Order: sequence, then C-alpha cells, then structure tokens
Amino acid sequence: MDPDSLERVRRQVERTFARPTDLRVANGPPEDTLERRRGQYSSTKILRWILTTMASGRRKVLGITDVDLFIPVLTYVFGEAQVKGAAALVSTARLRFTYDERPASPSLVEARLLKECLHELGHTFGLVHCSDHACVMSRSNSVLDVDQKATQFCCDCRQRLWGLMDEERDET
Amino acid sequence: MKFKGSILVVDDEEIVRDSLASWLEEDGYHVDAAPDGPTALAKLAQQPYNILLVDLKMPGMDGLQVLAQAKSLQPDTPVIIITAYATVDTAVQAMKQGAYDYLVKPFEPEELSLLVGKLTNAQALRRENVLLRKALRRQFEFKDMVSKSPKVEAVFELARTAAKSNSTVLILGESGTGKELLARAIHAESPRRDGPFVGVSCVALTETLLESELFGYEKGAFTGAVGSARGKFEIAAAGTLFLDEIGDISLKLQLDLLRVLDTREFRRVGGSQLVKVDVRIIAATNRDLKKLVESGTFREDLYYRLNVIPVTVPPLRERKEDIPLLADHFLAQFRIEMRKPLEAVSAEALEILMAHDWPGNVRELRNVLERGAVLARGPIITSMELELVPPAPSPTPSGSPEPADSLREVERRHIVSILRHHNWNITRSAKALGIDRVTLYNKIKRYQIHEDD
Repeated sequence: MDPDSLERVRRQVERTFARPTDLRVANGPPEDTLERRRGQYSSTKILRWILTTMASGRRKVLGITDVDLFIPVLTYVFGEAQVKGAAALVSTARLRFTYDERPASPSLVEARLLKECLHELGHTFGLVHCSDHACVMSRSNSVLDVDQKATQFCCDCRQRLWGLMDEERDET
Repeated sequence: MKFKGSILVVDDEEIVRDSLASWLEEDGYHVDAAPDGPTALAKLAQQPYNILLVDLKMPGMDGLQVLAQAKSLQPDTPVIIITAYATVDTAVQAMKQGAYDYLVKPFEPEELSLLVGKLTNAQALRRENVLLRKALRRQFEFKDMVSKSPKVEAVFELARTAAKSNSTVLILGESGTGKELLARAIHAESPRRDGPFVGVSCVALTETLLESELFGYEKGAFTGAVGSARGKFEIAAAGTLFLDEIGDISLKLQLDLLRVLDTREFRRVGGSQLVKVDVRIIAATNRDLKKLVESGTFREDLYYRLNVIPVTVPPLRERKEDIPLLADHFLAQFRIEMRKPLEAVSAEALEILMAHDWPGNVRELRNVLERGAVLARGPIITSMELELVPPAPSPTPSGSPEPADSLREVERRHIVSILRHHNWNITRSAKALGIDRVTLYNKIKRYQIHEDD
C-alpha cells in the first residue's frame, strides 16, 4: 500500500476512536502462517503472531497485509478480529479488485481498507455485526458488500461503541 | 446487546475450532467448542444450543455418531455436518440421520452466513409462534372452556378475577351453557385448588334428603340413619362447594343455607354440636332468581348473600362464532377418547351447526358432535353423520297457518296446566309431560309462559 494512503487511514482511525494511533512496519507474516496447498495465509495464525509483536503500552493492534487470508473451513476472509480482544487483521488482497476481477482504483481500495479497519477494530472493542447494511459493522462477504456500506457506524453501533470504550477504560 | 443464540462447534483441529468460533462470535453468537464427540455430548447434556456444527471426520467418535447421539439429547437443535469429502453417500446418510444440512469445506463465507442466519431466523419465528399460540390459547381458553366471543371473554376475565378472591360466586345461565365447568375452572384457578371441589344438584333430591346431603347427619337422626355421616359442607372443607340449581331449593333449606353463609357454622341433622366450615360457595341456576324473589319463592336475603359476584354465561345462540372453535375443541377430545383420526367437520356440516338454534347450548352441541364422531367413517364428520335436522325453511310459502297455531295453543295450554298441577316444579312437570327439563324450558320460553298464566 502507498504510505500516504496508509497515513490517511491512520488519521481516520485515530479520529474515529479518539485514541492515539501510530503506524509501524513489521516484517511478516511468518512462513508458518502460509498454507502452501491453498496458496493462502491462515488469518487465525497471523492474528496470534501479531499479538506477540504488540508494543508495550498499546491497547490494540491492527495488522494490515496484502496476502490473501483464509480460515480452514472458508474459502477466504477479508480479515479477522478478537471480539473484545486486542488484535485484528485486514487483508487488502481482495479489496484491490472489482467484483468482476478488474483492478480497482487506488482511492476505492483506500476507502475499502478504511471501512474494514474500522470494522475489525470495532470488533476488538466488543461490537458484533450489524443488520443495517449501511453501517460499517455490517458483515461483508464480498467487495460489493464493502462498497455498499458507509465509512461510519450507525447510531446504535456508535452509541454501543462509546459505552464499550468507557467500560474498557473503567476496567483499567 | 441482543443475544443471537449459542452454537457448539465440534472439530478435532484446534485451528478450525478457534477460527470458526471467532468468525461466528463476530456475528454475535455465543460459541462453545469441543475437540471430540464425548466432550460435545457432555456439553449437550448440560445446556441447550441453537445450532451444532460438527466435523464429519474425527478420530474415535465421528460426526455421524455425534449427530445420532445429539439428536437424542437435543432433538430440536439443527445439526450442520462439515465435511472435506464431497461424497453423496455420507451426505445422504447425514441427512437421513437428521442433519439439517452439510457443508463441503472450504465453503464461501456467504454460504455459512446465510445458513446460520436462516436457521436462527427460523428459530426466532418458531419461538414467536409458540408464544403467540400460548397467548391466543390463554385468550380463548379458561381451563376446559373455549371461546373467542367477546361476551364469554368478559365472563372468563370476571371468573379469573373472582377465582383469586374467596367471595361467593353466582353463575347464571341456561342449561347446557357450562355453568359447572365454569365453577370447576374458578376452583382450579383459586388458592383453594388443592382442596376438594364438591358439587350438589339441589333439584335432584327431596328437601329432607338434600338437608342431610348438605349438612350430614348423626346416628338415629331419621329412620335408617344407622351411623353418622359427613355432609357436603364438611367434605368440601378447604375447598369449594358447588350448589347447582340453587333456585329450586325449598324455603326451609334456603333459611338453613343463609345461616351457614352468615355464621360459617351449622349442625348435622339430628346433631347438637356446631360444626365450623371453611368452604367457598359457588351457586348456579338457570332460573331468574330476581323473579323468584319477587314472587316470594326465593328469600331476598339469601339472594343478596349469593349474588356477591354474579357471572352470566351467555347461551350458545348468542355466541355462534364459537361453534367452529368448540367443534375443534370437542373433536380433539373425541380423537383421544375414541382413538379415531378425526380432523374436522365438513363445510356443509358446519353450516348446519351454525344455523341450528341450540336450545340445549354447548352440551347439546357436544352430544351432536359426539354422535357424529361415533358414526364418522373417515376423518371428516359429514352433515349426514351429525343427524341434525337442517333448519326449517322460514315462512311456509303456502298452506294454512291456522291448524298449526291451534296445535301450538293446545300444547301451550297443556303445559301451563301441568306446571300448575306440579306447583311450577320444572322437573316433575317435565317428567309428567314425558320430555326433558331443557325441552320444557325451551317450550316455556318459546310460548312465553309465566307463573301468573
């Protein structure tokens, strides 16, 4: 991903969650997360690895990768997160293409990445999928689903998010 | 947050369990995981799950074995089999054994989303359906009575409220409307439900017999009283005493009854000791007690004592919308009693039932349907099997009404004379006329016969 694009995503994440957010480049994912037979990376294994790389003093870690992700029973996943946990992961591998497999414009890819980052981080605060298709927390099984939703939480999810963030702050 | 349901994932591979659990948790499900069949079954024995996701190939107990045992532990929980081998045989076998569906891995995220979503939506609808049915049943039923008529619903509501109190209830209504059933329902809903429900038909016995029946007697109280016996008041202790046909008791007994209601104590016939009673009284009559008070045959003070909570059960002709509901209700009873696969009454038969006037009320309807159920050769009771005469065609188009009128007049006069002869005692008059009480009541009503005739 273009560093400027990643910086814009970082700023939006920081603004949305009102938490200091920084970018760090990591070398990975490790070899053992690759499933050679499928030519894909295990998102669950990468998530576990990310947790080991988390800098001290940080509450959440979100991995952004361009490798294609899967979980054993599914053909692919866009990302994965620990609900009410510390780690989340987003892949740009499938976000870079249109529904009919043509390359998508950089601005569209950036918009999709931001949505998926907000979505997966939303899970780490405890939000689950929303039935409102326009809400960023609605489940996306295809790039069409991603394009359909807004870069925002619906009113219910936003309120719930604030509550959950307060709870998390109180716990520490 | 709204609880979407709980899912149990059974797979021997840890990474599969973890990733699937994480994926489903993002949807808002509570996910439990088990690494093998025995662990899964132990979890199933402990708590209910909305969905089971089971891997087919596992060492030891395989997915099909888990499926078979899960079906006996939680028969209503849908099981989705996950398999890497897309063989038709295993799929067919899984479905035959009661699996809801099977997924061949790896499958599209959309597929799993849809399947799980569809199942939880269906379950939510089923739950809602059960709740609505329950609410509906409560609306239409009061113990063994069914109705959707607003009039009867008001009666049920009043009876439910009355049940909670200890007050005397007076049930009014024509014969066959279900007065005793309502009395039993009130008893069953009352705090006295664990005590006895004792019914007495006041019209069936002579004055002296009724007296000893109600209050009991001591040895030697009358010829033949070789021992002492408890009366209905004592038998009904801590329960409910149902006095049916209260309008037919003698003035002397009315006074005795009034005393018991006032003092809550009495003496057995031929006895000297006072016996304390703790009974709730429910009285019923098909007669117009107010008129009886006016004519001096019923004590006014007793009337007010009994008329604490009056409940009037409307006749069936005033709640005809209940006929299909009642027909269903009775058919369901007969289906069990007669062990016959009865399903319904035919449209034509229902039309006849709706058109009939039901002088004998619900009891008559039940009898007609019972006869139909006995005669029915198939699951549908036809009009032929009901043996109910279709309603007479209204106004005779031709012919002279005169002779008919005169015959009616003769019948009317005869009934009045018999009633007078028997001092307006319905039971004795009906016997003398060779008809039952209900028929006599109907004739009295139809001919508008009054005691001053």
